[in-house]
Amino acid sequence: MSDFGLIGMASIIVAGLTIGIGSIGPALGQGRALAQALQAIAQQPDEANTITRTLFVGLAMVESTAIYCFVVTLILIFANPFWAAVQS
Amino acid sequence: MTLSPDDVALFALGPWTVTATLAYSWVVMALLVVASALVTRSLTTAGGDLGRGQNVLEALVAFLLDQIREITNQDPEPYLPFVGTLFLFIVTSNVLSVVPGFEPPTGSLATAAALALCVFVAVPAFGIRKLGLRAYLGNYLRPTPFLLPFTIIGELSRTLALAVRLFGNIMSGSVIAVILLSVAPLLFPVVMQAFGLLIGVIQAYIFAVLAIVYIASGTEAQERTARARKEEAGS
Repeated sequence: MSDFGLIGMASIIVAGLTIGIGSIGPALGQGRALAQALQAIAQQPDEANTITRTLFVGLAMVESTAIYCFVVTLILIFANPFWAAVQS
Repeated sequence: MTLSPDDVALFALGPWTVTATLAYSWVVMALLVVASALVTRSLTTAGGDLGRGQNVLEALVAFLLDQIREITNQDPEPYLPFVGTLFLFIVTSNVLSVVPGFEPPTGSLATAAALALCVFVAVPAFGIRKLGLRAYLGNYLRPTPFLLPFTIIGELSRTLALAVRLFGNIMSGSVIAVILLSVAPLLFPVVMQAFGLLIGVIQAYIFAVLAIVYIASGTEAQERTARARKEEAGS
């Protein structure tokens, strides 16, 4: 198989693996955080504002790992440096 | 399919190419300035009849002041211009993405990185203005000087995360819209667009809140150390 096809194949397979495996952790973590926050709001409805704000900030923090995976996937598919080197 | 508005060249201005990112940033800036100028030209303190624009702006400023005060436990006034500008710019450009033909400038890594760099510079700027250069730099050596490299790496990586988070969320919104248009062009993209609006507003809020949190963490820690030093000197 040519270098071109090999790089394309490897990129696509690894891109799928990256986003697939990389989303597991953040998804579980976000689900846990959300469940805890809902429980906290149910127990203390008066504090809903503070809890919601903290929840959003926390979710954003957790989410960033998933976004790193997403960016790596996009780089592999759309801006692959090795592919560009072979093409030129 | 274009991945970033940086790749879309709209027109040439002399030797420079004006990309969609740049042009639409100007559009957002012009919109904000003109709208604010129109509203603030006829401000009134007469009770009862405030007018729509003034109501919106007052609610917005009060909301921002409240949020900043709750997070920092300080007087919110010095932070309002910086954080409010970030929030307004990001929220306007994200919400305008439902307008056909408009590419949100925040969906470009260049814009997101520029905004994150503003926060990166603002944290020490606010810290130094609050407590002076010595106390701020001394803060890096606490609790031990061995942690200095990790503190610096932490500051850099949180700036990177701030930029990539905004860019990733907004860009994925427009990419998903394009993909859905080719798969299920009827009705379904509208739902995702509505969802994208929600994401856009939440991301703007998160960006602003994180900026305040970083600024507050800088200034508060210094306040504590300065107070401790003063007490030591006094005792």
